[in-house]
Amino acid sequence: MSLPVLKATDFASDQDVRWCPGCGDYSILAQMKKVLPNVGVPREKIVFISGIGCSSRFPYYMNTYGMHSIHGRAPGFATGLKSTRPDLMVWVITGDGDSLSIGGNHFIHAIRRNLDINIVLFNNRIYGLTKGQYSPTSAEGQITKSTPMGSIDHPLSPLSIALAAEATFVARSMDAHVKHLGDMLMAASQHKGTSLVEVYQNCNVFNDGAMAYAQEKKQRPNNIIELEHGKPMIFGENRDKGIRLTGNHLEVVDTADVPADDLLIHDAHNPDPSIQMMLARMRYPVMPEPFGILRQVDGVATYNDQINDQVTTAKREKGEGDLNTLFHSGDTWNVA
Amino acid sequence: MTASQPGPLANDVSGTEVSDNAGKSVRSVTGITVRLAGDSGDGMQLLGTQLTNTSALAGNDVATFPDFPAEIRAPRGTRAGVSGFQLQFASEEIFTPGDTLDALVVMNPAALVTNLGDLRKGGILIANEDGFNAKEFKLAKVESDPLESDIINQSYRLVKVPMTKLTRAAVEEHGLSAKNADRCKNFFAMGLVYWLFGRSLEPTLRFIQEKFYKKPDVVAANEAALRAGWAYGETTEAFGESYSVDAAELQPGTYRNIMGNQALAWGLITASKISGKELFYGTYPITPASDILHELTKHKNFGVRTFQAEDEIAAICATIGAAFGGEMAVTASSGPGIALKGEAMGLGVMMEMPMIVINVQRGGPSTGLPTKTEQSDLLQAMFGRNGEAPMPVLAPCSPADCFDMAIEAWRIAAETMTPVMLLSDGYIANGSEPWKIPEMNSLPKITIQHPPATSGEEPFLPYERDENLSRPWAVPGTDGLMHRIGGLEKEDRTGNVSYDPDNHQHMVQTRAEKVARIADRIPEQDVLGETSGDVLVVSWGGTYGACHTAVSRARMDGHDVSHAHLRYLNPMPRNIGTLLKSFRKVIVPELNAGQLRMLLRSEFLVDCIGINKIKGKPFTVNELVDAIQSHAAPARKSKAG
Repeated sequence: MSLPVLKATDFASDQDVRWCPGCGDYSILAQMKKVLPNVGVPREKIVFISGIGCSSRFPYYMNTYGMHSIHGRAPGFATGLKSTRPDLMVWVITGDGDSLSIGGNHFIHAIRRNLDINIVLFNNRIYGLTKGQYSPTSAEGQITKSTPMGSIDHPLSPLSIALAAEATFVARSMDAHVKHLGDMLMAASQHKGTSLVEVYQNCNVFNDGAMAYAQEKKQRPNNIIELEHGKPMIFGENRDKGIRLTGNHLEVVDTADVPADDLLIHDAHNPDPSIQMMLARMRYPVMPEPFGILRQVDGVATYNDQINDQVTTAKREKGEGDLNTLFHSGDTWNVA
Repeated sequence: MTASQPGPLANDVSGTEVSDNAGKSVRSVTGITVRLAGDSGDGMQLLGTQLTNTSALAGNDVATFPDFPAEIRAPRGTRAGVSGFQLQFASEEIFTPGDTLDALVVMNPAALVTNLGDLRKGGILIANEDGFNAKEFKLAKVESDPLESDIINQSYRLVKVPMTKLTRAAVEEHGLSAKNADRCKNFFAMGLVYWLFGRSLEPTLRFIQEKFYKKPDVVAANEAALRAGWAYGETTEAFGESYSVDAAELQPGTYRNIMGNQALAWGLITASKISGKELFYGTYPITPASDILHELTKHKNFGVRTFQAEDEIAAICATIGAAFGGEMAVTASSGPGIALKGEAMGLGVMMEMPMIVINVQRGGPSTGLPTKTEQSDLLQAMFGRNGEAPMPVLAPCSPADCFDMAIEAWRIAAETMTPVMLLSDGYIANGSEPWKIPEMNSLPKITIQHPPATSGEEPFLPYERDENLSRPWAVPGTDGLMHRIGGLEKEDRTGNVSYDPDNHQHMVQTRAEKVARIADRIPEQDVLGETSGDVLVVSWGGTYGACHTAVSRARMDGHDVSHAHLRYLNPMPRNIGTLLKSFRKVIVPELNAGQLRMLLRSEFLVDCIGINKIKGKPFTVNELVDAIQSHAAPARKSKAG
């Protein structure tokens, strides 16, 4: 079947986009519109489901099917939809507050079921919509409207949580690195199973520059490492630093001092997530933070396939359900 | 007969001696109410279920009331651990499991002391003598052997049976361990009860074969115990006579026994079939709703998808997701779980998405009395959502009615594009009665149409309305109909987000009007008795049987009393206001503090008198008859029931 050639603008709805000027969300929206014409799925087969928050206005701006649901529960809606309509491509759009606070439970369970959906988690480490309270990913000690003496909560890492829930696809990107972001969204769309893309996204109103170390072009090379499957882990302005696995921990080494063979080779396809989990735990400023695909494992059964396979199997083994047979099963009696 | 009338066993007045059986007479009676009570590990529910099925197969009308502790295994031998199963079977149409007991079977002292109060004077009391010893007295907190007391021996026809010993002897040859041998004693008790009431062993022998087919020694032992129980009744001098209950004169047709939750599950499957939809059921386990899930998972070959979610909220959210996808979507829970679903229900109302939310009510608030029945979630069903979020509310009146009301709920949801609340309760859910199997061609068709694909040149209007004020159910995958819905207020017709004040008022009123108009598409309220007069009893839900029986009896006694039982609570039938105003007094019996009464008073400005019982137990017919008589004008001439 040949699909009509669509452009990014074909995916724009007629609604005015209402995010703050300068919000990182615009970049993510733009990349999504750019990627979707190339994923090979017609517009009417695509559904965006979101929870509540700035990011969750996203579905209104896409000319696809969409559902703006309730806080933190988008994975639940996605589960019902994808289970009954596996033919649809389902995207869950969520923020750090939405998916890790109120929706932490559903986030974990969608991932461990390996529902075939794509979760895009906009992480700006702050509550934007409710105007500036700290979020589950806010740094310890952060001063916000609700933490005038500094946040005392230890921050959560979405990547670690996802890996702990045996996610089959985990990636990280950022709003400011548009090509990389587009690549990650494309890779996620092609994955069969739950894909999680964490996107560092700047909130220039309530948390401006919180992730400047990763987003600003000048700082970026020294503070992040771009992962590529099968490639040694090298980073730095002059590509002069690398990551080595020593004993049971990762360390930063100078490539000048260490033979190339000693550097860790990134294995995103390794079914054992142990080293991928070590990558997820690399935090600025001690370590460079990983971007790219941390984990991509194929061949794990999806929830939607399995729930439908059971129906198919039951029909094959017991025959298509017949009401009359059902009603007369077991003991019956006649009254004349 | 109904159990609380002067009984055949107590006074031997209404029974007829019909035959002689091995030197013992068989007395024909119109009905028996029996309760089986023992420790929660004694298999009383199994015994009760078997006796029910067997009685139903014998053509009796049956009604049951299982009553069990919330604990899986409360401490053995204690009062808290007593599990009971009550059953009435009769040769007449009956509507309740009976008030007072004609016979009580107890396996231990705790079962005796907690149940004896319901046994009629002169009733048969069968006790497992082996369960009455010093250790058991201590567990049950009784001073001495109650079976030795004068009161018991003078007031009841006590039959002591050493069931444990006799069971052990009966199963000895099958080589079971002592523990497993003792587990057969419920089948011994069953055999004895079957003999006493002239029940056939065949259906239960079949059941044993099917249930334990993997364990031939267990099959043999249970069969031996069952037959030994029967033989004990036949050969000992303990019983002077046995009883027989003729088949009831029910409408012609093929019948089966059905429990409320099972009927709900079958009704849902049927509704999905007759509307050409596959069924998605999202739920989280909770007593007493879980059996709907257990039943549905058995029928995946009907295209049933069941989703056991991580919590109640995920369950209803997945349900809404499935509805958006165009399938028949259902979620169920009990009160506390329904509370959790409140926000998502509001979203369903705002999205105007068809689905069914089932609440199998139990005692509340909070965790309340998980295994006991109550009707206290009516106001939660009506108002338990933020904002103006009206939802249709329906309530089945009996186990078999669950089948019809599940179909009706789906018809209304699909026709109206709205979530519908179905209010069952623990009494209906676990109770059972004969169900006349419907003819396939008598089942009402439900026609559902989704708007077809378009070129997309004209903008699609997801909130344009038809004559029912329903919006189109456009499903993802349809070209040209791409649209976004959500919990922010919708602009009329376009469905775009709107904060316009006038639009909000318009939309709130439209959603309310949409639900109100359902009244035009449901039947008018029917009445037992006259449509005007002295007293009208108004009831809803699982109290139907007790109210119907009580009103019938009050009418027989000559009182001017009518009965209206509501199955549609929101909107109510269109004639209900007129009806309420046509009686001198309106009495509203409810298993809550007066929730329907509050609705009737506020909606119709008619004073109503509440009869309110909040004990985790259903009404007895007697207490309702007493209450009705205390409010009714003095009896005149006798009326037909």
